[in-house]
Amino acid sequence: MMILSGDPPKSRVLTLVLLVIILALAATPFLFPGAKALNVAAKICVFAALVASYDLLLGYTGSVSFAHTMFYGIGSYAIAIALYGMGPNWAAVATGIVAGLPLAALLALAIGLFSLRVAAIFFAMITLAVASAFQVLASQLSWLTGGEDGRSFQLPELLRPGTVLISKNLFGFEINGRILTFYLVFAISALMILGLLRVVNSPFGRVLQAIRENRFRAEALGFRTVFHLTYANCLAALVAAGAGILNALWLRYAGPDTSLSFSIMLDILLMVVIGGMGTIYGAIIGATIFILAQNYLQSLMGVASKAASEAGLPLLPGLLHPDRWLLWLGLLFIASVYFFPTGVVGRLRSGGGDKSKGASH
Amino acid sequence: MTEIAANDPLPKPKRDIAPILLPIAVALLMIPLIGSTSSWLTLTAASLAMGMMIFIMASGLTLVFGLMDVLNFGHGAFIAVGAYVATLVLAPFAASIQADSLWVNLAVLAPAALLSMAVSGALGLVVERVLILPVYGQHLKQILMTTGGLIVAEQTLYALWGPQIIPMPLPASLRGSFILGDVAIAKYRVLAMLIGLAVFIAIQLVLNRTKLGLLIRAGVENREMVEALGYRIRRLFLGVFMTGSALAGLGGVMWALYREQVHASMSDDLTVLIFIVVIIGGLGSIGGCFIGAILVAMVANYGGFLVPKLALVSNILLMVAILMWRPRGLYAVTSR
Repeated sequence: MMILSGDPPKSRVLTLVLLVIILALAATPFLFPGAKALNVAAKICVFAALVASYDLLLGYTGSVSFAHTMFYGIGSYAIAIALYGMGPNWAAVATGIVAGLPLAALLALAIGLFSLRVAAIFFAMITLAVASAFQVLASQLSWLTGGEDGRSFQLPELLRPGTVLISKNLFGFEINGRILTFYLVFAISALMILGLLRVVNSPFGRVLQAIRENRFRAEALGFRTVFHLTYANCLAALVAAGAGILNALWLRYAGPDTSLSFSIMLDILLMVVIGGMGTIYGAIIGATIFILAQNYLQSLMGVASKAASEAGLPLLPGLLHPDRWLLWLGLLFIASVYFFPTGVVGRLRSGGGDKSKGASH
Repeated sequence: MTEIAANDPLPKPKRDIAPILLPIAVALLMIPLIGSTSSWLTLTAASLAMGMMIFIMASGLTLVFGLMDVLNFGHGAFIAVGAYVATLVLAPFAASIQADSLWVNLAVLAPAALLSMAVSGALGLVVERVLILPVYGQHLKQILMTTGGLIVAEQTLYALWGPQIIPMPLPASLRGSFILGDVAIAKYRVLAMLIGLAVFIAIQLVLNRTKLGLLIRAGVENREMVEALGYRIRRLFLGVFMTGSALAGLGGVMWALYREQVHASMSDDLTVLIFIVVIIGGLGSIGGCFIGAILVAMVANYGGFLVPKLALVSNILLMVAILMWRPRGLYAVTSR
């Protein structure tokens, strides 16, 4: 249990579900042929890490930030601008990482020092304002960011789809640069999630939970709550920027729609709440459910919408239109905040889980 | 401490006029920077009109927060709903809208605005009962619930009206400008200013001259005390919430006419602007909200004229500057 930092899933069903998800993700290149399945799997990995970092803020410190996509975008844009400007080589990748991560952390530090002193509600509003300003800035500085079009770039030789590492006749599967990139995304996302698990189970993580439960009491116990909250904010920003880097590497593109838009922020919120706040594991579940729904529910809704319009029903075709899938997820979101505030993970843990371990928690 | 005899009048509360002077100072400071007096006057009129519209939308939000400690992240939804509902009235009467008579135009506009306010207000009732009542007193869940409500409202609007932008032309008699010498002031902006001022004065009168207003102000300062005196503050709150939602609907109609188009995503940009106004003004303060709205509009107009690229970022700078000066906004009403 070292690798999970002594915080196992604590429910047999949950363990099983997580194992299935992780194994399926790891085996995607071999189990599900085709570009779409691989894209979906990579997106799940990136978002699992991104949502887990958001969970550190929302679930463990109880502060609602609307600026999380900003850090994600900083990571994406840093790597995209570096690779676009310096050409497809590893030095550019390194430059992007070295420039992006500290920038995200510094910005998080500034926001934290400025607004975390006040109530959670103030923090939420200020992060919303800063994030929208950043989005405008990114689309205005088109000489640097490519404006609304974003930046497409080429990856270093080793990671390109054309690079065949192991040819088909050896194992029956071709291992090319694209699959290597996928495993890079998978491994780094997994490392970041395990790192976050370590953070939340450290004494520092316990202090964060104490602040969430009762900030005054935590302060009275002698903890400098502003320091702890700012530190958590910076850590979350670093992981988000890391996820952004992976996202840009996978897409070979960074633009406002894929890395900065407010709708991504809403997606993250939906994922963390549906998965379960304050559990880290919830991020994996939430990201998997949401992205599978995003990619496969839409086609299902298209079929239903068509059937409804052929049957001549009023209103339903519009409500079931594939573009309206967010409506149903929004309703699910409200219902899950209301009925299952602990999300899927909390539900599984309190339900058919291992009672003896659950009680000691 | 000076002694107060029983018959002396109560000591007047101190008037804090520094925030009132701030927008005036900003406006005067801009005269030399902009150079020409006529463009300064046009920009100032534009800022006042935009400020009034933002104030109408933001006033409900700040009162709801001040009174009940509820922050509605879905406030923008009422704005969009108001604008969409107005198209229901304005589209069938397009001919009267194009008639070149102020009274014929207003005879269509006024019912459209009233219907928008009624629908937004009714929606406010539903939102308060369904989304906010169950999570009352829990900030985190309030933010999540109302954000979820915003998503659902926006998507429902798309489902009902379709994702395209709906044009909303200004009535014929409100197009064009009043021209005084070399100064041009758009007619619609004058109307917006008048409506905004009327709303501000009405809110101030209700708050300061009626028993209802007294209860609301007392509730903002100390909720438990008002409850202990036997008033049902929950009902009061519901009333304020519905009024705030209706005002947001009115603001939505005005904003849609100002931009001459309706789209569900209009709530996203405006929500940010409104939050900045509410923070600048001090949560719960109507006067602060009024000044904050004018300041934000001034920064947007003067800033857009002087340094066009920094229009939205300048709002953040304004917010930082104000919070450095007064960490809890221009007027800190609540103790929270």
